[in-house]
Amino acid sequence: MFAGIDIGSRSIELILLEDGGVVRSGRLPTTFDPAAQCRTLLDGVRPKRLVATGYGRSLMEKLAGELAPGLDVQTVTEIKAHALGAHHRFPEARTVLDIGGQDTKAIALLPGGKVGKFEMNDRCAAGTGKFLEYTAGVFQIPVEEFGTYALQGDAAPDITSMCTVFAETEATSLMAQGEKPQNIALGLHEAIVKRTANMLSRVGLQFPVVFAGGVAHNPCVRELLSRKLNARLGEELLVSDDPDMNGALGAALWAARQS
Amino acid sequence: MAESAYKEMWEKLNLDIDAHEGLLEVLGKFYGDIYLSQQGRLQGAEYLDFVLSEVHGLRIKELQDAKAQGRKIIGSFCVFVPEELTLAADAVHVGLCSGADAGTEMAETMVPRNTCALIKSFVGFKLAKICPFTESCDVVVGETTCDGKKKAYEAFAEHVNMYIMEVPQQKNACDHDLLRAEMKRYMEELEKLTGKTIGVDDIKKGIAIANGKRKAIQGLNALRKADPAPISGRDALLINQISFYDDPVRFTAKINELCDEIEARIEKGEGVAPKGTPRLLLAGCPMAVPNWKLPYIVEGSGAVVVGEESCIGSRNIRDLVDEDATAKATTVDELLDLLTDRYMKIDCACFTPNDERLDNIADMAEELGAQGVIHYALLFCQPYSHEAFKVDKTLQAKGVPMLAIETDYGMEDVEQLKTRIEAFVETLES
Ligand code: SF4
Ligand code: SF4
Repeated sequence: MFAGIDIGSRSIELILLEDGGVVRSGRLPTTFDPAAQCRTLLDGVRPKRLVATGYGRSLMEKLAGELAPGLDVQTVTEIKAHALGAHHRFPEARTVLDIGGQDTKAIALLPGGKVGKFEMNDRCAAGTGKFLEYTAGVFQIPVEEFGTYALQGDAAPDITSMCTVFAETEATSLMAQGEKPQNIALGLHEAIVKRTANMLSRVGLQFPVVFAGGVAHNPCVRELLSRKLNARLGEELLVSDDPDMNGALGAALWAARQS
Repeated sequence: MAESAYKEMWEKLNLDIDAHEGLLEVLGKFYGDIYLSQQGRLQGAEYLDFVLSEVHGLRIKELQDAKAQGRKIIGSFCVFVPEELTLAADAVHVGLCSGADAGTEMAETMVPRNTCALIKSFVGFKLAKICPFTESCDVVVGETTCDGKKKAYEAFAEHVNMYIMEVPQQKNACDHDLLRAEMKRYMEELEKLTGKTIGVDDIKKGIAIANGKRKAIQGLNALRKADPAPISGRDALLINQISFYDDPVRFTAKINELCDEIEARIEKGEGVAPKGTPRLLLAGCPMAVPNWKLPYIVEGSGAVVVGEESCIGSRNIRDLVDEDATAKATTVDELLDLLTDRYMKIDCACFTPNDERLDNIADMAEELGAQGVIHYALLFCQPYSHEAFKVDKTLQAKGVPMLAIETDYGMEDVEQLKTRIEAFVETLES
């Protein structure tokens, strides 16, 4: 049995593989005590090897001895993990987009799921899940429903700021001007998509594109992104049922591959 | 990091003692984490540790002693300021480091916020009164390499005695003439300052010392072709940094010794990282002391840095003043010509066009056996950020992958940089 764990800024995902198939998966919010969450997820789990990825990957190296003596723990970056996961699920994919809690990544895939070129947002949370979470707060809507709500809009005003905080200011001032809230929500989604599309083009966008990470659940981002990328028939975004498990899956695959 | 025995000296230099202490503390901790923690370091690194531990102590005392003997101290921020002439005037040439995030808030009262960290740092060091080198200088020589610096020097001149040297931005005959005229003007300025007439032998002596220093680092860089890498990129960067402020003759001797030790190590097949460790070249903006952020992250990501295409690196030492021609020269004018020839070869991003740099980076990567290049630009540094695109294109054509990084001296992006650099290293491995 091999394990992959993705310790992100917002949630932690675990995947266990046996004979190439997923035998267990789990997910918990990161909280302020990610170590405790990792312990809970890994309770009773004795993999042959554990590969950690994500922003908190080095935490697992520290926890290794405590979890199980002699447990073989390695780390890979989210970039590699997402590439491996996406390639496994969609072998024909050429590009991966991952929008997570605080990071957005665009990855060009080489044959075999290797990473060609990649781009990642630097420093701020513009265009990430955090952006949506924060702005959904302005509407007092749970972030999970924000996409559906935005899809009710019909004319998106231009949100010019990519900065999470300034975008909120822009949204509130649009509200004060009487703009329909659904439209503002749509505009905020447009802003993310614009930024993401730029990042994809910098890695030399090629279809098929896999969309992974928590934000891939958002129907509005998916819809706007397909439109923006001008996806032709049969070339829509590839999204799995659980896009947020993609990184953990990639890590688990890497654990299995190392034998 | 230094003894309180120097407190009196620092007080005389009008440093802010508390703030300065704070700086030394941070520097010491930094140095411990980044340098002293390294495995398998060379014995000769003791010299580096010593110089660094005494950077604000013994070295400053030496500068004060030199001043007491009537020698002048010249500070500079750029490799275009010809050290040969400073030495010819029997003055001391020190590079003012500006690699730390200190006094930034004060600096922002004098320069715009969207200014590179290097500029903010030298302004901040001065305003916060924490740099004994700046305080020791009789003259600070600025240069017109970028708009940021050019304008910052105007403000800086309110606080220090500034001299500005014009550096051309193209490499035509008239630009050569301009730099030649500037060499002469700088020499005359030195003569005025020191009251000494600079003669042929003086310049020859200056050239010999500066060439000697450059040759020592060239020798070191040649040894870095070995796999396993015999010296860490951090230590190599430190050597390049120290070359700007330690006594040049002592420095040369010490580095030559260190090279002997490295040779012995290569013979035994020993290194700082296992054979086959991914090798990276750093290219771009200068990394002044104590800006060790990037090499530290890179070498913590399973790679080793084998070269620095930078002004605190190869750009400063690649070209020598022609030695045969120097030996034959009989006039100051001839020597100034030779100096100009050498300095016109510098491939700073401030030039347009600057295609030599592209070839130089590609050549370096090949010679050093680097599998990838990390291009480093300080945030808001127009010249190097622009060149990142061209460098990428050139390297892509040669099949050498490149990662472009833009950052400053702050630590808030370290985790992100780690991820990007580790991912880059992963692409080289698998
Ligand atoms: S990069 Fe250019 S401006 Fe900066 S030190 Fe080097 S030569 Fe001078
Ligand atoms: S780093 Fe760039 S912007 Fe800053 S001083 Fe040097 S050349 Fe100018």
